[in-house]
Amino acid sequence: MPILEAKGLNKHFGGLTAVSQVDFHVDEGEILGLIGPNGAGKTTLFNLISGAIPMDSGTVIFKGTKISGLTPNKICRLGIGRSFQAAKNFAGMPVRQNVLMGALFGQKGQSYAQAAKITEEVLDFVGLAEQADKMVPDIPLAHQKRVEVARALATRPSLLLLDEMMAGLNPAEVDEAMALVTKIRQSGISIIMIEHVMKAIMNICDRIVVLHHGAKLAEGTPSEISASKAVIEVYLGEALS
Amino acid sequence: MKILNKIKYPLVMLAFVALLAVSPIFNSSDYYIRQMSSIIMFMVVSLSWTIFSAPTGYISLATAAFYGVGIYFTAFLGEYLPLPVLMLLAGLISFVLAFLVGAITLRLRGVYFTIFTFGLVELLKNVVLWAEIKYSHTRGRFVASFPPMTVFYCILGTLVVVMILAYIIKRSRFGYALVSIGESEDAAAHIGINTTMVKILAFAVSSFAMGAVGAAMATRWNYIDPPIAFNATMSFMPVLMAIFGGMSNMAGPLIGAAVFAYLQEILITSPAVGKTYMLIFGAVMVVAILFLPNGLTGVVNKLRKTRKGAEGSHAHTGS
Ligand SMILES: Nc1ncnc2c1ncn2[C@@H]1O[C@H](COP(=O)(O)OP(=O)(O)O)[C@@H](O)[C@H]1O
Ligand SMILES: [Mg+2]
Repeated sequence: MPILEAKGLNKHFGGLTAVSQVDFHVDEGEILGLIGPNGAGKTTLFNLISGAIPMDSGTVIFKGTKISGLTPNKICRLGIGRSFQAAKNFAGMPVRQNVLMGALFGQKGQSYAQAAKITEEVLDFVGLAEQADKMVPDIPLAHQKRVEVARALATRPSLLLLDEMMAGLNPAEVDEAMALVTKIRQSGISIIMIEHVMKAIMNICDRIVVLHHGAKLAEGTPSEISASKAVIEVYLGEALS
Repeated sequence: MKILNKIKYPLVMLAFVALLAVSPIFNSSDYYIRQMSSIIMFMVVSLSWTIFSAPTGYISLATAAFYGVGIYFTAFLGEYLPLPVLMLLAGLISFVLAFLVGAITLRLRGVYFTIFTFGLVELLKNVVLWAEIKYSHTRGRFVASFPPMTVFYCILGTLVVVMILAYIIKRSRFGYALVSIGESEDAAAHIGINTTMVKILAFAVSSFAMGAVGAAMATRWNYIDPPIAFNATMSFMPVLMAIFGGMSNMAGPLIGAAVFAYLQEILITSPAVGKTYMLIFGAVMVVAILFLPNGLTGVVNKLRKTRKGAEGSHAHTGS
């Protein structure tokens, strides 16, 4: 059963069509990969789902509720968490407080005690417990990206949107990040991940959606996608070479 | 010891207010009382300004608008109501006005918000001027006068209210939301913070005291007109004071206010400087931004930290 269903999403900026007539869904417990060349409209699609920017037309249904048109804070409270491509950490706060903010505001009427408890759990879960007292700019990039994920997890989402969480990481760090994503799914959270790291996409995604010039070019399992002629032409040819 | 640490800060602030409250015993001259009222008024305004602008980074230049509204409120009703009531009502009107203005402008980000708030001052000035000429057939009006001592204690009372507000807000969920907005507004919205509502409410709360002290200070003039009441200098002063003093704790804007209010008084009465004092303030501001990025209190904090660091090598006390 789909946890999220998007129908006919459109978005243009001036004369530029960033997202065009996109339909897709995410099944409960699934990891959906979202790939495509730079400028294909992947981040814009996330912005439409999370309510960061209004869509021109289309509907998004999350757990049976129409969420298109709602503000990001409402969409978050309904259970969609998100990380940003260019990390938007709270640089002036220690790691722990970044996560605490997610825990405190992610759910209505959360008590301080409950939020603090969630914070420690999440820090442990993502492996940041030892860095918790450091300021975000003082930790390595791979960990900074985890702070974003941890803050989103602390809001207790049932669907997590990850935007290029592995960009800029070295191979060992990519492996760790892949393990984390898998672990998040095992904890019962569905995931959409935008990623250019093909190894990660092909190994951990159940299905993949390919965007090109804002439109959906292909959709299928990793093996279907890597065999698709159209995808190889516009994207994989260069990404895999 | 732990408890003492926790209440040390409020205790220092309490002592500070108490000192101000008893100071007329030592000097009750009208000159001293007026001077102190003006300094404390600037403390109120700059501390109140930091409630919204310091955590969020939204620089408001609307202070003169709310202050002017307070002045005009007393100009209209000063003869009929006691000063505390005038101040309370003027504060509430400022709150409501800020709420409405915030609802329109706080969708604007960064410098656009700042420009709009500054435009608000000009707008109100011209609207009031137009209305006065059209309906009262005058440019300005006379203001009822209140005893300087009454004005002094009413403004000091407002300072206490603003200090309590600032203290509570900083430690509340609301305060955390404001800081998160300042760190990254997008991220704040995406972790469940109703950023628009939080900003509007904080802007309105911070405007309350600006209107209230405007109502009290109106009585220092016998006669006001829109350019006096809606004087742009009043918008820049709190920014200057807060930046100079630092905004990491309450002492910053208070110290900044004391320094600049005192300087202003000296410079404005000096024949060599006179009205060009704003130029000097501008220069001081540039120097402060360049060399004291966290203000005067930032320098003190840094010194204290390095000293603590040295002690820390003997005994690890933790923070
Ligand atoms: N806020 C915006 N205003 C104008 N153009 C935008 C905005 N956001 C994205 N775009 C444009 O939309 C297109 C898709 O961008 P984006 O969704 O970021 O692509 P991707 O994440 O796939 O690399 C790009 O051409 C980009 O320049
Ligand atoms: Mg992108």
